[in-house]
Amino acid sequence: MSIERNQRELFGVIATFAGPAELLEATRQTRDAGYERLDTFSPFPIHGMGRVLGLRPSVLPWMVLTGGILGAIVALGGMLYINVIEYPINAGGKPHAAIEPLIPITFEVCVLFSAITAVVGSFFLCGLPRLHHPLFNSAEFARTTDDGFVLAIEASDPRFDPDQTVRLLESLGGQPVTLVEV
Amino acid sequence: MTQQAVTQPVTTQPVTTLDPRLPYILGDHDNHSLTELVCGIVERPVPRWWWPAFLISLTVASGALFAAVYLISTGVGVWGENQPVGWAFDITNFVFWVGIGHAGTLISAILFLLRQKWRTSINRFAEVMTLFAVACAGVYPLIHVGRVWMVFYLAPIPNSHAIWPNFRSPLLWDVFAVSTYATVSLMFWYVGLIPDLATLRDRATTRPRQWIYGFFALGWRGSARHWHHYEIAYLLLAGLATPLVVSVHTIVSFDFATSVIPGWHTTIFPPYFVAGAILSGFAMVLTLMIPARELFGLRDLVTNQHLDKMARVLLATSLMVGYAYGVELFTAWYSVNFYERFAFMNRVFGPLAWGYAIMVSCNVLIPQLLWFGRVRGKPWMLLTISILVNVGMWFERFVIIVGSLERDFLPSSWGRFVPTWVDILQMVGVFGLFFTLMLLFLRFLPMIALSEVKGILPHSSHHGSTDHATDEPSVAHSDKELVVT
Repeated sequence: MSIERNQRELFGVIATFAGPAELLEATRQTRDAGYERLDTFSPFPIHGMGRVLGLRPSVLPWMVLTGGILGAIVALGGMLYINVIEYPINAGGKPHAAIEPLIPITFEVCVLFSAITAVVGSFFLCGLPRLHHPLFNSAEFARTTDDGFVLAIEASDPRFDPDQTVRLLESLGGQPVTLVEV
Repeated sequence: MTQQAVTQPVTTQPVTTLDPRLPYILGDHDNHSLTELVCGIVERPVPRWWWPAFLISLTVASGALFAAVYLISTGVGVWGENQPVGWAFDITNFVFWVGIGHAGTLISAILFLLRQKWRTSINRFAEVMTLFAVACAGVYPLIHVGRVWMVFYLAPIPNSHAIWPNFRSPLLWDVFAVSTYATVSLMFWYVGLIPDLATLRDRATTRPRQWIYGFFALGWRGSARHWHHYEIAYLLLAGLATPLVVSVHTIVSFDFATSVIPGWHTTIFPPYFVAGAILSGFAMVLTLMIPARELFGLRDLVTNQHLDKMARVLLATSLMVGYAYGVELFTAWYSVNFYERFAFMNRVFGPLAWGYAIMVSCNVLIPQLLWFGRVRGKPWMLLTISILVNVGMWFERFVIIVGSLERDFLPSSWGRFVPTWVDILQMVGVFGLFFTLMLLFLRFLPMIALSEVKGILPHSSHHGSTDHATDEPSVAHSDKELVVT
C-alpha cells in the first residue's frame, strides 16, 4: 500500500461492497461523516442513490423540451417559408400557408431533434465521451461493470485523509479498500 | 471461467402450468454469472453452426446486391411492374420490413413505459431486429426510384432546377418518418448498449477488443451520476419512440389511404397498419428468439414465460388485424360505393383470392391456437405459428398493394402483375442481408441487455438482500420486489 504517498498523486480511495443495499448504507454513512466529493459505481442503477448522494434532478428534460420545440419551429417555419415565399405551388386551390399537410413532418422533425438532444445532452451531462479516467487504473474498479458495487472518495475532498478515510471505509464493510493513483 | 457458463444448469420448466409469480430469470443466477453467460457468447470462439450459417446468409445477401446493380444499370423495366401495377414487390417488401421493425420499438419503449419488467430479456434482441429490418426496408425506396443518382430529390433541398420537394405529399412524409425512425431506433439501441459495451471493455483480454469496445463505451463508468442522467435519457427516449412508432406506420398507410384507388382509400388504414406491424414484428421476434435461446443456452433468461407473454401479444394483435379485415369488408358493403364493393369482392374472390386466403388463415385463423396455454407453452408450435404469421403478413401487403392496383376503375386498363427473377432475387437477397446482419450482431455484441436484466434480479433490490434473504428464499419475493423497484 502506498499510504505514505503525497496526496497530490492520489485520485482517491475506492471500496468495494457486497451489494446495492450495503453500498447504499455505506454511502449514507460516509455522507453523514461529512464527505462531499464521493461517487458510487454499480453495474445497474441503484434506486435511491441519487437522493443519498444529494444529486439534483437532471436538467435533461428541459434540454429535450427545448430541442423538441426548436425542431418543430425549424420544420414548420422552414416548410412555410418554402411553400409561401420560396416556391409557392397552387395545389388544388388550397392556401399556400395551409399547415394541415405540414403536421406529419413537423412532428417527425420535433421527435428527431428531441431524441438527438436527449442523447447528446445526456452524454454532455455525464461528461462523456471520456476515454480515460484515473479510476480505470484500478483493477478492482473494472468489476463495477460486472458485479462490483464501489464507493469512491476523491482525494480532493477537504476531509480526505489517506489513513482515516481508508479506516472509515473498512469499518463500513468495504472489502477491499484500495487507493487509486492519478 | 468461461467454461462455467456453458455448463450452467438450464432449469427445466413445466410446460403447461406457468405461475405468474415465477421470476423472470430462472436458475440460481447472480450478477457475475449473468455477465459470464451473456458476455461469454461473444468472447468464446464461435459455435460450429455460425460460419456455415453466416456464409449462406452472405451468399444469399450478395443476390440482393446483384439484383440491385442489375436493376440500376439496366432500368426498372427488369422488374415485373408496369401499368397499371406501378408498385409491387418493392413496396410490399418495404412495408413488410418496416412493419417488422415496430415490435422492437414496442418492446423497448412502450413496454418500458408500462413497466413490463419481462421486456429486459428480449429488448436488446428486438431493438437490433428493428434496426436491421429498417435497414432492409430502406433498400427498396432507394432502388425503386429507378435513377438512384436522383434520390437526393427526396431531401429537403432545392434540386438543380431550384424546385423543392412537395412537403404536402405523404410520400415525402414517409421519407421523414422512416429516416427519423431509423435514427431514433439507432440512438435508443446504442444508448442501451453503452453499459454493456463497458462490461465487454472491462473483460477484454486483448488490446484490440479493449480499444474497440472501449471506444464505443465512451468511457462509461457506471457512476451514480451517469445512471442519474442515463435513466432520464432512457425514459425520455422511450417516451419519444412511442408516438414515433405509431406515427411511422400511420404515415406508411397514408401512402395508400390518401390516394383514390379503391381498396386503398380507407380511413381504417392507420390503426390497421399499426396493429399489423406489431403482429408481424412480434412474429419475427419469436421466429428469431426461439432458435437463438436454444442455440446459445439462454433458457434461464428467455423463459417459457417470456414466450408466453409474446404469444399473448401476438394473439391480441391478430384479433385486431382480424377485426380490421372484417370492418374493411363491412365498410365496403355499407358504403354502397360500387368501386369499393368491387375492390373487396375482387380481393376475396378475384385472381389473388389465394393470397387473400393465405393472409386470413395465417394472420387470423391460425393464431387462434394461441388461446390454448398448451400451444403457448410449446416453443416449436410458437415458432411454426410465428413463421406462418410472417408469411401471412407479407401476403397482406401484397394483396392490398398489387390486388388493388390490378383492377381499379376502368376495366380496359386492368392488368396482371407477374414477378420477374429480379424481383424474386431482390426479395430473397434482402432476407439474406437481414440474417447476415443478425448473425454479425450475435457474434460481436451482447444479445441480452445485461445492465437491465441485473436490475430485475431478485436480490438486486436494496430492500431485498439484507432484510429478507435470511428468513425466506429470495425467489418467493421476486414478484413483490418487481413491483417495489
